[in-house]
Amino acid sequence: MSDFKALTESVIKGDIKTALAETQSALDAGSNARDILDNGLIAAMDEVSERFTKGLIFVPQMLRSAKTMQQCMKLLEPLFQEGDVTSKGKVLIGTVKGDLHDIGKNLVSMMMEGAGFTITDLGVDVPPEKFVQKAQEVEPDIVAMSALLSTTMPAMPQTIEALQKAGIRDKVKVMIGGAPVTEKYAQEIEADSYASDAGSAVSKAKKLLGVS
Amino acid sequence: MIIVGEKINTSRKSIEEAVTKRDAAFITRVAQDQAEAGAHYIDVNAGTFLDQEADCLCWLVETVQNEVDLPLCLDSPNPKALSQAIKRHKGEPMINSISLEEDRFQSLLPVITSQPCHVVALCMAQTSMPTTVEERVQVGSELIKKLTDEGIPLEKIYVDPLVQPVAVDTRMGIATLGAINKIMNDFPGVNTICGLSNISFGLPERRLINRNFLALCMSYGLSAAILDPTDKQLMATLLAVEMLLGRDEYCENFIDAYQNGRLI
Repeated sequence: MSDFKALTESVIKGDIKTALAETQSALDAGSNARDILDNGLIAAMDEVSERFTKGLIFVPQMLRSAKTMQQCMKLLEPLFQEGDVTSKGKVLIGTVKGDLHDIGKNLVSMMMEGAGFTITDLGVDVPPEKFVQKAQEVEPDIVAMSALLSTTMPAMPQTIEALQKAGIRDKVKVMIGGAPVTEKYAQEIEADSYASDAGSAVSKAKKLLGVS
Repeated sequence: MIIVGEKINTSRKSIEEAVTKRDAAFITRVAQDQAEAGAHYIDVNAGTFLDQEADCLCWLVETVQNEVDLPLCLDSPNPKALSQAIKRHKGEPMINSISLEEDRFQSLLPVITSQPCHVVALCMAQTSMPTTVEERVQVGSELIKKLTDEGIPLEKIYVDPLVQPVAVDTRMGIATLGAINKIMNDFPGVNTICGLSNISFGLPERRLINRNFLALCMSYGLSAAILDPTDKQLMATLLAVEMLLGRDEYCENFIDAYQNGRLI
């Protein structure tokens, strides 16, 4: 494993310029793209996610790191070979029907992407049918739902029921989150996991799928 | 400045417990504290009770108004809960809130026209949350037009321009301030109202951010706020700003607060 300390540090800081230069120099030195991604970028984002969960850094810093990683990915993407990037898992995510709040959902998407998951983001106001239809299409490992209103929370069990009716409930793990959502509610509606913030969403997702 | 005391909200753990146990003494005390601290309305929100929201909201209305002689701000998007709670309310409540989302607008309209009340009009459109000043003003203007067409007087409409976190997009503070300014200028007599705390989501020292944002909002014309009136620093900021904006004749309220030890 190569040493990507400078790259990792620049991603944690959200220093796009340095991170891009470090990515380029790692490539020039002969590191392969996959190695840079896993041990440089993702390693950095794991640290970011952990610091965020601990309250050591704040949302703007997390966003800045994610943005830095996305820019670096643009350098790496053309270089990945067939079968090169093994995703941590596929996540289908959306804000439930009747709810237009996307800030929390976007933070979760971004951090999961940073951690190496493949994200399909359905946006806001996503009806149960749409979750089901897309789940059949992309065959995700995790279906993640967000709700910021107590009035839209019931769309979560409705979506779980729709997944059940479509015969795919057993094939996916269901994760939920959002300001009014609680661990207790997740148990009540038989979701597989609840995450209280974007950092813990990453660790909970990893735990659900048994990946590190 | 019209102050709506925000503390009776079941998303706060102590309130949820008190509502579950129907602990009237606890709820009454939270209401009285806010009334003494200068609230003009007491917000009541039982949203976390889902199916039982209507029952809980009705109980809160009766419990608070039994002891505190103030109108309430009935805080729910749920027409069933609101229509039951409004019937039990003495005086003119504030309904928080209606929005431009078609289902919500149509289902709440009969409630807010059933008896005289004040209405919070949230700048939320059918398909997305507004991000810019222009989008906010457009949604707000349309809401004002629709509500006045239904016979609700301008003075009883409180446009909530929607506060979004600066942590996510640093233009969000300005977007809210610009919308307050434009709406107050375009519709003289209308009110604007904000919940402050969204502004500081994802950042440290949230109370510091919130009270500075309150000062800015007021300077752009905000006429009402949903806040914790028992937060002394926040209320001291409010009093100082009111005075600085020329809304406190002879600086009476400010000096009075000082002489009563309320400015800390």
